[in-house]
Formats: sequence, C-alpha cells, structure tokens
Amino acid sequence: MTVNSLSIRALAPVLAIALMGLFGVQAPAQAQSGPLRIEITEGVIEPLPFAVPDFVDEGGAGEYARNIARVIASDLSGTGLFREIPREAHISRVSSFDSSIAYEDWKAINAQAVITGAVTVSGGRIVVKFRLFDVFSGQQLGEGLQFAGTPQSWRRMAHKVADAAYSRITGEGGYFDTRVVYVSESGPKNQRLKRLAVMDYDGANVQYLTDSSSIVLAPRFSPTGDRILYTSYATGFPRITLMDVGSLRTQTLAEQQGTMTFAPRFSPDGGRIVFSLERGGNSDLYMLTVGSGNLSQLTNAPSIETAPSFSPDGSQITFESDRSGTQQLYIMSATGGEARRISGGQGRYSTPVWSPRGDMIAFTKQHQGRFHIGVMRTDGSEERLLTASFLDEGPTWAPNGRVIMFTRETSGAGGSAALYSVDISGRNLRQIPTEGAASDPAWSPLLP
Amino acid sequence: MSLLPKALLLVAALGLAACNNPDRFGAGGAGAGGAGGAGGIGGGFVDTTGLGDPNDPRSIAYFNQRVGDRVLFPVDQHTLTAEGRQVLTGQAQWLNTNSSYAVIIEGHADEQGTREYNLSLGARRAASVQNFLISQGVAAGRMRTVSYGKERPIEVCSTEACYSQNRRSVTVLSMGAGM
Repeated sequence: MTVNSLSIRALAPVLAIALMGLFGVQAPAQAQSGPLRIEITEGVIEPLPFAVPDFVDEGGAGEYARNIARVIASDLSGTGLFREIPREAHISRVSSFDSSIAYEDWKAINAQAVITGAVTVSGGRIVVKFRLFDVFSGQQLGEGLQFAGTPQSWRRMAHKVADAAYSRITGEGGYFDTRVVYVSESGPKNQRLKRLAVMDYDGANVQYLTDSSSIVLAPRFSPTGDRILYTSYATGFPRITLMDVGSLRTQTLAEQQGTMTFAPRFSPDGGRIVFSLERGGNSDLYMLTVGSGNLSQLTNAPSIETAPSFSPDGSQITFESDRSGTQQLYIMSATGGEARRISGGQGRYSTPVWSPRGDMIAFTKQHQGRFHIGVMRTDGSEERLLTASFLDEGPTWAPNGRVIMFTRETSGAGGSAALYSVDISGRNLRQIPTEGAASDPAWSPLLP
Repeated sequence: MSLLPKALLLVAALGLAACNNPDRFGAGGAGAGGAGGAGGIGGGFVDTTGLGDPNDPRSIAYFNQRVGDRVLFPVDQHTLTAEGRQVLTGQAQWLNTNSSYAVIIEGHADEQGTREYNLSLGARRAASVQNFLISQGVAAGRMRTVSYGKERPIEVCSTEACYSQNRRSVTVLSMGAGM
C-alpha cells in the first residue's frame, strides 16, 4: 500500500498528577456530594447548569487559556447532561487559580458546578490544572488535578479535565479523551472513494491513514489503540488488513487464495482476531491467533455468519447469522460451538456490538423499510430502538457504554454518509462534524 | 461532501478508471475505458488494449453487449432466475469457445442492507454464477469471484428501479486464462 504525505503525530503522554497537598487548606469534598450528582437514568433529565470561566494564564498560555475552557465546555454540553451558563452571564471573574471562589456570585446565576483552571506554557510543555466546585454545597469536588504534555496535545488535556469533571459528577467513566477511526468518503454514490481516517471523538484533529486508491471498510482499533484492523481491497479482493498506526505499515492477514476475508475484530486482550472468511459463496466465522497465526473455524453452516463482536471478558462472541432465514443476532462461546439466538422481534437484526460494560448489545435493525440503531440486554430482553432513518447502521460504543456512534446515510442520487452519536436512552442525537462524508466509525478506548 | 475542487476529483476518478476494472466504478460493462485491467485486480491478469468491435464475436465488447455480462437478482436472494440462467448459458458457450480469457465474477448488492452482510450476499451471488458456469463446462481454474457488497452501485437512486440494477453479478473478462 502506498500512502503519500501522511503522517501521524505521536501522541505525547499526558501526565496526570493529583495536586495532593497543594490545596491543603481546602477540606477534601466527598466525591459526588448532594446536588452535584447526576444520575444517568432512562427518564428525562434537566441538564445541570455549569460555568467554565477562561482558564488563568500563568505564563505563556495565550489563546490556550480560553481554548481549553471552550473545549471543556463543549465536551460537557455535548453530552446533553450539562448546560453551560454563558460567559456573558458570569458575575465573578477568576483572575487567580488560587483565589477563593465567590460561591454567591455563581449561585446567583444558577451555576451548580464551576470549573476553574490555569495554563502555563514554557519550553515546549503545557501544564493545565483545574478544580471543580460544587456551588450549592460550597465545596470543592474532588482534588485539583494537573495535566502536562506538549502544546500540540492541548485538546487532549482539555478532554481529560472534562472527563474528570464528568466522572466526578455522574459517577460514570468519561469518554472525551478518545479517538475514532472511520472511513472518510468523497465522490458521488457510483464513484465513491474511501480512505481510512482517525479523529478525536468530537471530529477534531483528523488524520488520514490511507489514500483513496482502494476500498477500505469497517476499521476497528486494537485495545491499546496502536493498531487498526479493517477490510481492504488493496489486492483487488477483500482482505482483512492490520495497520500499525505509528508507522502506517500494513499487513494482510489470513490470506488464502480464492477466499474473501472481512469483518475483523480484536479480542479484548488484543491476542486474537475474529473475522469472516468466505469460500465458495459461504461466509463463516474464524479465529486467528495473532502471535502464532493459528487459524480455527468457529462456525460451520451454509448460512451467512458475520459481524462478530467479543464480550468484554473475551469469553463469548455475538454475531449475526441468517441461519433462521433472516439476519438475527446470536451469542456463542469464543471457541465456537452451539450458538443461542437473542433477537426475537420483527425485522432483520445485524451488526451486534457488545457494550464495554458487558450488559448490553447494540445493533442495527431493518424493519418496514427503515433502519434503526438499538440496544438490548445480552439475553435479548429490553430491546429499545434509539434511532430511525432511511439508513442507520454500524453502532460503536463509547468506552463508558453510555453513548453510541453510528453511520447515517441519506437516500437518493445525492445521498451521503455522516457520523452521528446518540446516548443509550435515545436522547441527544447529534451529528459529528467531519471534513467530508464519513462512515463506519469505531471508538477507541479511553486514551492513557 | 468533499472539499476537493471538482477538477481534482475528476482527475482522481479518471486515474482510477484507467488503472482499475471499469466496473468498479460502474462504467456499465461495455462503457468507455480499458477492459478488465490488471491494476486493481492483480495476480495473473494482463491488461488488454480495448474492448474491440462489438460486431466481432470474439471481442470483449461482443461478450459484454451481445452475450450480456450481467445477471440481476431478486431482493436479498442469490438464486438464479430463468432469465439469469439464459444469460449465463450464453456466457458459458462464449467462454468455452474463447478459452484464452480469464474471468472475474463480481457480486453486488443494493444499499438495502448492512455493509458486511452485503459483502456476504454479493459473494453468494458471484458463487451462484460461478457454479452455473462450471456446470456448463467452464473450467473452474479460469474463474475467480469478488464481492463488492453495496460499495459499487451503478444506479444511484434509492428506489427499486435502481436497486434492481444494482443487485447484480458482472462477468469481467481479461486475457490470460493460465492463472
């Protein structure tokens, strides 16, 4: 594979240091105290009002001081669980990171949470520190934290602050400091060009990993995010391909003349790859052991078996099969053998993806000419459809299991694909801004 | 959509058309451009200089237009229709007469399905065609199959009029049967 003028900026490690002792005067607040707790439930919730004044420039920060605050606000507002009180409404100005908080001023504009911070840039290094305050109890929530890295990674540090605030207030893990690998699309429907790309979860920092010379489909990150599995037509035939993200080197896996391989997914430990292999028109699931190259066949049926996904503990695989006559969802042991069907409603079910929390399976459903993204329990109960459109497909989970991203394609000659996210209650449907048309998103784990 | 200037896109599209099998971009079989090319397909295929004269019964153009290079399928099906079998019988006769050509059978699906399922469905369609051609005496070693799923529609509307044309197999010829 030839890739021209593409480069990946190695992500510098972002260091998180708890500012232990630095705030010795402050009484440590109990985590998730009273009013600042958001319970993420199925019911309609009122977004929690918060404020993020521009961070304090403690030296060389320049635009970073404002931009970091803006990214934090955008992350939190984007969840639908928080509502920002605009800066114009602020009464208090935060001019020093260590000055005490004027709770009454924030209470007056109904801000329940306030995030303050400071930024220092010097010697090719940016340091971001922040505090989270619970206005109504008049206390700091959790310890202050400090993140440091290269100035180019400033958005990551903003995401890390937002992740910490989200996590302290909701009690759930965050998902802002993450990347998404996807397929960038261009050209009309009958001459579509596709290339692999990665971006921050919010659409920023796009990097292209391949050129458009051959079709690429359905990429997935390795558990550590350093490799990407996908299906490529670089040889003229669909082949599962492994790319090293750092070097962009690619390697075709499990190549066997006369077969098509596709739909590859990593096991949670990264040591195995489950995928579909088609021979003579029949697709079955196979397992490849990464180190040894050992190949084993998991299903052996004349039906289509594809779109596999591991359970988070690696012991089971959910997949789709039309063995019953239509596409339905199944679960089997990761070593193969008997499978049990879990989907039971009307319509065709496909692309099951196991939640990182293990409790749910997201899927695509086709019914009466419409496509839906839905979720169900792993026993098939409590099915809920979250979206409906001409064509929604291919859900991927945020690492906290609360948000799903997927492809939505519009109909007709001018139809094109875009990435959307929705939370698992079906609220907060929003389009992810991308440079052009985009499809097949796959979410990374939370970055280290 | 793309931010690329149109001219750039056009150049890109032409470049691809020149080095890849034209059907990958839905040139409609007997369309302009080279015949089944080596570029995108790789392995054992040599480029041919053109489609030839459709009045020449030994030409690729004749195969594509007169014999018919494609077969259509019902929704979510891979079984051959009576009409499809008739076209393929003609293909087999032509291939048995013109034994120097190698064949790639492409399987395609319409957009009413998820991506990976449609890859499998296209593969089933290509295999149905291959099996029929084998049953008509075409040597298995001359043929390979490839599925494009829903990636390469030739018609772009989102109604059955277009879908019916996209649910297809295409028999693509190239020189060099000794693969």
